[in-house]
Amino acid sequence: MRRFFLIAVPYAWLLALFLVPFLIVLKISLSDAAIALPPYVPQFEWSEGIRAFVSQLDLENFTWLIEDDLYWKAYLSSLQIAATSTVLTLMVGYPIAYGMARAPQEWRPTLMMLVILPFWTSFLIRVYAWKGILSNEGFLNQFLLWTGVISEPLQILNTTTAVYIGIVYTYLPFMILPIYAALERMDDSLNEAAEDLGCSRLSAFWLVTIPLSKGGIIAGCFLVFIPAMGEFVIPSLLGGSDTLMIGKVLWEEFFSNRDWPVASAVAVILLLILVVPIVLFQRNQQKEQEGET
Amino acid sequence: MKRLSAFNVVSLTLGFAFLYIPMLILILFSFNESKLVTVWAGFSTKWYGELMQNEAMLDAAWVTIKVAVMSSTIATVLGTMAAYVLVRSGRFLGRTLFSGMIYAPLVMPEVITGLSLLLLFIGIGLDRGVLTIVLAHTTFAMCYVSVVVSSRLATFDQSLEEAALDLGCSQAQAFRLVTLPIIAPAVVSGWLLAFTLSLDDLVIASFTTGPAATTLPIKIFSAVRLGVSPEINALSTLMIGVVTVGVICASLVSKRALVKQQKEEQQAVHAT
Repeated sequence: MRRFFLIAVPYAWLLALFLVPFLIVLKISLSDAAIALPPYVPQFEWSEGIRAFVSQLDLENFTWLIEDDLYWKAYLSSLQIAATSTVLTLMVGYPIAYGMARAPQEWRPTLMMLVILPFWTSFLIRVYAWKGILSNEGFLNQFLLWTGVISEPLQILNTTTAVYIGIVYTYLPFMILPIYAALERMDDSLNEAAEDLGCSRLSAFWLVTIPLSKGGIIAGCFLVFIPAMGEFVIPSLLGGSDTLMIGKVLWEEFFSNRDWPVASAVAVILLLILVVPIVLFQRNQQKEQEGET
Repeated sequence: MKRLSAFNVVSLTLGFAFLYIPMLILILFSFNESKLVTVWAGFSTKWYGELMQNEAMLDAAWVTIKVAVMSSTIATVLGTMAAYVLVRSGRFLGRTLFSGMIYAPLVMPEVITGLSLLLLFIGIGLDRGVLTIVLAHTTFAMCYVSVVVSSRLATFDQSLEEAALDLGCSQAQAFRLVTLPIIAPAVVSGWLLAFTLSLDDLVIASFTTGPAATTLPIKIFSAVRLGVSPEINALSTLMIGVVTVGVICASLVSKRALVKQQKEEQQAVHAT
């Protein structure tokens, strides 16, 4: 009885507030828009049996998404921005994680805390901080003008470059932590053995360290890529009008155009795109856990 | 013996500079006399004064704290239950679905979660406001709590619980007297995580709130969309300060708890 209660309460909560809402999104994505509140006309009734249900399905919103090139351009450019910034985050994050793993034992808890601390401070504030730095009169341009590297302020804010900087900055802890965890577990004598056997330090790093931290690299990349794909705050605060990202499109479709069926269809397709990386990520995590035990 | 090479030192220095300089600049300019956030015009705390006069901002802060306390508390209870189920309940009908629903919200884009919850609330005719934000935040925060708690539950020695049961404890007593004290640090950090996630959330709150309740992130977002303002810098500085103090305190407390626990476990081993 107690066991039943223990399972049933969180289960019912998640079913009602996680799974059911998704089914509703799916249902509304197949509905027609209407000027009313709520602004859509349900396309079908569940009560009429499965055949009537299937024959009523209306893929209009989805064909609309395919025909209007704004949407698929937004999906493609989100994929491209998310992928590029994942690679950039890896390139910035790996040396930091590597340095942390090689730091003296007694420093490591402090370094860990320094990486985690930004993660606890407001995401919004961390993105906002870059607005002041990247603007034309901002700190970065002032600094570059002062050093004489440039003679005119660079337009960085409201461009896709600013979005890359924002994503790398805010998601960096997600990349560092899993890689650090993998590197810290690694036995340093393996590297020494490789060097003893005639590897240079660089090739020992390439042939031993990188493969052994593969699990951490994969986990970090997914942790950056998946949320970056649907990012809304960063493109809307740092990006320009030409920065197309699907999270922003969904938001505008919903709040500005009030077209709920299309917003729902956008969400359904975004989810379908993300299912592949999400499943791969879960597999990787399971493999890592099994490797530990 | 591990040694820091020059490369390691450089990458650590540059890395932490990258992580911290933007926030330091933000804090610095919150004390700027000028309204222009990019030109230094002397030290002043006037923006903090103006912030304290800003009724709308204070109201939003109060709503945010209320939502965060309520949602993180419910999320901690539900998340701990879910973690217990995941780690200890073995097989049951729909276990895969259950663990899927625990892990999926962690990686779900916020725009989708927000949209789906809003459509649910409208579908069942619930008025949007504080209650709906609390429900929404509880749902995603409980997943984070259950991940944190279940990793602790999975690593501690289950024979301690079995010993308590053998010695005549009921299941409830064993949980309260043995399990709960051991997983308490994880439960506390789960609560803190849920609390900050709720404080921080813009997207889900924007979808699930109505005109009656505006949270601080929503307020900040609409203010900074237009540009940079020293008042927002002042507010950000206060928030960064609170979080920094909180995180440092929490890590000191948990460190002490860990040391104490290890000592007790050692003593227990010696006593046998």
